[in-house]
Amino acid sequence: MAAISAPNIFTGTKSQYRVCPVTTLKVDLAAERLIIWNAVTAIVALTVGGLYALLIGLTRWPDVHLLSAPWFYRLLTGHGLNMLVFWIVFFEAAGLYFGVTALLNARLVGVRLAWVAFALMLIGSLMVNVMVLMGKADVMFSAYPPLAADPLFYVGYILFAVGAILVCCIFLASLVMAKVERRYEGSMPLAVFGLLTAAIIALFTLASGAVALIPTLLWRLGIGEVDPGAYRVTFWGFGHSAQQINLSAMIAIWYSLATLTVGAKPVNEKLSRFAFFLYILFINLGSMHHLLVDPGLGSANKFFNTSYAMYLAVLGSLIHAFSIPAAIEVAMREKGYNKGLFGWLLNAPWKEPGFSALMFSLFIFGFIGGPTGVVIGAGQINLLAHNTWRITGHFHATVVGGTTLAFMGFTYYVIPLIFRRPLFAKPLVRWQPWVYGIGMILVSISMTMAGVLGAPRRHWDTTFTNAAIPVQLPSLTNLMLTLTGIGALIAVTGGIMYVVVCVGSLFMPKREARALDPMEA
Amino acid sequence: MAIFSPERVWWKPLGREERLWVTVSAVWCFFMFFMLIGWYFLGAQNLPTKTMRITPAQFQTLTDAFVQANKVGEEAGIPIVHVPAGGDAYLIAKQWQWTPILELEVGKTYTLHLSSLDVQHGFSVQPINLNLQIFPGYDFIVTVTPNRTGEYGLICNEFCSIGHHLMTGKIIVK
Repeated sequence: MAAISAPNIFTGTKSQYRVCPVTTLKVDLAAERLIIWNAVTAIVALTVGGLYALLIGLTRWPDVHLLSAPWFYRLLTGHGLNMLVFWIVFFEAAGLYFGVTALLNARLVGVRLAWVAFALMLIGSLMVNVMVLMGKADVMFSAYPPLAADPLFYVGYILFAVGAILVCCIFLASLVMAKVERRYEGSMPLAVFGLLTAAIIALFTLASGAVALIPTLLWRLGIGEVDPGAYRVTFWGFGHSAQQINLSAMIAIWYSLATLTVGAKPVNEKLSRFAFFLYILFINLGSMHHLLVDPGLGSANKFFNTSYAMYLAVLGSLIHAFSIPAAIEVAMREKGYNKGLFGWLLNAPWKEPGFSALMFSLFIFGFIGGPTGVVIGAGQINLLAHNTWRITGHFHATVVGGTTLAFMGFTYYVIPLIFRRPLFAKPLVRWQPWVYGIGMILVSISMTMAGVLGAPRRHWDTTFTNAAIPVQLPSLTNLMLTLTGIGALIAVTGGIMYVVVCVGSLFMPKREARALDPMEA
Repeated sequence: MAIFSPERVWWKPLGREERLWVTVSAVWCFFMFFMLIGWYFLGAQNLPTKTMRITPAQFQTLTDAFVQANKVGEEAGIPIVHVPAGGDAYLIAKQWQWTPILELEVGKTYTLHLSSLDVQHGFSVQPINLNLQIFPGYDFIVTVTPNRTGEYGLICNEFCSIGHHLMTGKIIVK
């Protein structure tokens, strides 16, 4: 390992670096340890959430109906929190530290504070998980009052959010310091610009979460009241906007994977950066789509939020939807793959896990997740979609098939370059994005169809067997629920492959990466 | 290279294909922008927006009086209530029941009051799959004109604690 040290111009202290032999990136060793710990914790959360996904999927499969009702609701709460919050945010913390140090040749500012943030997030996530498993927080991810959980549940949630806010602050401080210390020339790379977008959205998102959860905690301690409508407005400012953090981080990773796998160069930096900027300004309005059929909000509010400025964020996504495939096409054609209209696509490195993960993620988000979200955001259609499984289908195509799959693909580069270990079980790696991607396509489409037929989300028994008044959903619903169960089995298999590769790689002998392609590194 | 700093001057004009794509996308986005406003005036089923504050106790009292005045039967212990044409109907959401069962007439217009006595619930009419969020403390007022006869199932689609899946009800249109 070639360790070098460079003085920090303000403190005079020295940060320890190593230089990556493959990418020539300079890696701050203190940041590297934080990246590793955050990433490993993220994968632990993904494993727990994935186990719950398996059990939940087998319960909603009508012929299997595995769990009892209380355990179904309990594990569904745990699934939502571990996947939507803990897995994603721990991974994003690792991603932010990676982006602001390695990609900028810079050091991390406030390393001790970063460990405090990690500790807060770890303690918060453990408290939430323990409360859920003890049956003291059967309230779902959204925890709408007056449905009440143990006060410690909200304490855990808030501690985690405070840790996440610290991560964003450390990212921003390090970004400024990198500029001040002239660690890079000119403008920051596009991927870091995308991460900056994510961090900015994260700050107002987490602030909104605090406004929702702190009064709820006080109410549980007997101080004051919480209005259910006001809670939903502020909670979704957190709950949905948090997915926009994921969106920005995912797109930053899409651009990075396009570069790492085929050497793609953004076709037009100006346009891509403008598209990220549109997200900062407009995408938070997406959160209002949860509230379209709420009592309490007036017509003007619902008029404004069914479309309008939201479409400017959609414009941002349409720009990325052009720019990324175009960048890949240009790069492939430059390599000489010019045959026919799609020769560049057919000859792309489909066997490289980063590339197949990128393409599945692009496809699932671009053709299923994004469009379904825009459609159910229309007021009249929301009457048909609100709280049905159609919503669940939408966000499994965005945050799972899209974000999670992109993060998985990126991991295969991080393991050789940052963990400095070769990948374990390479044949598994090759097929992992395919298995996971195909499973999630089946899950999200069948969930959406079941929801269109009327199947509610967060529901143990859509046959209503024990209900006083019988209700029957269209018979096709059962087929769709079964398909979701099968899709979940396939996707969980893909998830297990990912975890096996990651955990296995941790026990591989340590060595410097030899090539950029993780299959050869 | 998205992971390296771009060249010094990166604010270059868009290429021909990019201009075309951005123009088409922007035109479409603005079309949708106006279309979705327009749909509130062109479309037949709009979001209900009339809401009043009410305490659970008050709502219970109003519903009790409504049931007492109009009760025509009972099913599984839940009263069946024939709503006077053009009149107000009250429907309680509580853990884990919709009560009473409402009997409406096709083609008549009713004012439906929805509220919860405990936690949040989801008013979901099946099989037409029409869904509204219900809060305690809010009287959600919806104007309804049934256009097809039949029995419509009511389910709850907002998680309302562990008996959530037991919560059903019914609306009869004659």
